[in-house]
Amino acid sequence: MVNTIMTSLTAICAVFVTFLLLMIIGYIAVRGFSSISFAFLTETPKPVGEGGGIGNSILGSAIMTLLAAVIGMPVGIAAGVYLAEYGRNWYGNTIRFVADTLIGIPSIIIGIFVYTLVVLPMGRQSGLAGGLALAVIMIPIVARTTEEMIKLVPTAMREGALALGAPQWRVAWNIVLPAAASGIATGAMLAIARVTGETAPLLFTALNSRFYNYYLDQPMSSLTVQIFNYATGPFEVEHAMAWAATLILVGTILVINILVRTVTKRRH
Amino acid sequence: MAQTGALGDKIFRTVLLIAATSILLIVAGIFVMMLQNSMPTIERFGIGFLFGREWKPAQEVFGALPFIYGTVVSSVLALILSVPISLGIAIFLVEQAPKGVAKPIAFMVELLAAIPSVVYGLWGIFVLAPFIREYLGPVLQDTLGFIPLFHGRVTGIGMLTGGIILSLMITPIITAVVRDVLEAVPTTQREAALALGATKWETTMIVLGNAASGIAGAVVLGLGRAIGETMAVTMVIGNSPQISASLFEPANTIASLLAANFAEATDRTYLSALIEIGLVLFLVTFTVNGFAKLLIMGVAKRNTKTA
Repeated sequence: MVNTIMTSLTAICAVFVTFLLLMIIGYIAVRGFSSISFAFLTETPKPVGEGGGIGNSILGSAIMTLLAAVIGMPVGIAAGVYLAEYGRNWYGNTIRFVADTLIGIPSIIIGIFVYTLVVLPMGRQSGLAGGLALAVIMIPIVARTTEEMIKLVPTAMREGALALGAPQWRVAWNIVLPAAASGIATGAMLAIARVTGETAPLLFTALNSRFYNYYLDQPMSSLTVQIFNYATGPFEVEHAMAWAATLILVGTILVINILVRTVTKRRH
Repeated sequence: MAQTGALGDKIFRTVLLIAATSILLIVAGIFVMMLQNSMPTIERFGIGFLFGREWKPAQEVFGALPFIYGTVVSSVLALILSVPISLGIAIFLVEQAPKGVAKPIAFMVELLAAIPSVVYGLWGIFVLAPFIREYLGPVLQDTLGFIPLFHGRVTGIGMLTGGIILSLMITPIITAVVRDVLEAVPTTQREAALALGATKWETTMIVLGNAASGIAGAVVLGLGRAIGETMAVTMVIGNSPQISASLFEPANTIASLLAANFAEATDRTYLSALIEIGLVLFLVTFTVNGFAKLLIMGVAKRNTKTA
């Protein structure tokens, strides 16, 4: 009796949460599709009632995510290789522990950190500051997934190469990294998806902008900050634009997630 | 050849070491920069900053208590709602569901964690808040309205909405960790219990008992996330620095205070006060996450020893 009741209760929990996810995604799709157009994807924001779009926000998000990846991925991957290859001591354990704790620190704190480090000395908000904040978020995530992926590479491969007389760095660079490459790429893509959705660390580092901006020393718009502004704005038209922009954002993130996970599933 | 190999090894290792050390430098940098930039208010207001109930930046009155209160209550609310559901999902996925059912559901729960915070906020404003205003709020007031928790006018924007959104956002995190912890419990324990005549559910309870400290770690990890969650809460909690017993009243959390006001804080003292409260948030989440990690690591270690 208890057995049946509890078993159905746990099943209900699982179904309930799955249902909620589908409802949220469905709602975004319905509301978003109704106000999306080519002009919306390419134009810049205009005064309320005159249309306008999120072209500059999409570009801004892309630029800052790219900057974060350019800085965060090499540092994160290198840190991950260190942890996997040389990190079996107190120093490696400390870094591992601190990296895991850093992953859980609210991203708005990273925003304040970069604000004091970059925005205050420069005297203004900039795309550079936004990208740096995202890079800081990326580094520990990429480091930990890289480490996990490298640990999956069989020891026999390393031993074989070492036995042939290759120095340790050659083994790591030419044997271990290529073997773990697809796994590391998976982790990096998920980290990119994660920072694309970040809002809090951009609020006062990159701020926002109404124009197409290609310069990293100027305030830069992003999809997420633009969604926040539209969502909290007073007008119905703004809310419609928030849903449309959300469809683009969530669509991108979910596509990356689903693709990456199905591809990796097939391989194993 | 051997010599270039040795030199190459040295360079390679040094580069990696610098990259790995950057993680320590980031955390140390966060602490130092925040401490340095909050010195003006730390020196001026001392420990009283944490216990003041008034927050009036224009008059240079800074009391952090309403935000600390809001952060604690919203996070606890989120845990109360999320922990039973997360446990239920994890038990279902590991102990009960056939693989063909468990896999897609586990995947969906993971996707829930991939949705950005600002999107939950948008959904909260336009779907959850109206639902609470029209349906949930009135029902709660009709049935439990005698409890102070459910007094006041239901606007849909307030502590309860913030807590519900948070619970949804931490559910995938708690579920994922509990799943890992349950999967780490050796199958022999389940077989032993079943062989002694225990029912499926009794067996599950034994497994849960053995995984207790890991589950506690998962809950603490969820707490850490709830404390620091920013955008979604900012959008639905009402951003009002008040301490009220009612869950329907607007409130504010540390993270949402920062999100809503940091960009406009040009005055030196105001900025310092915000960074100081941010420093409090940093120290609390760092400690909570570290504690969670220790609890989870403990389980992993014990199981590798016995297995």
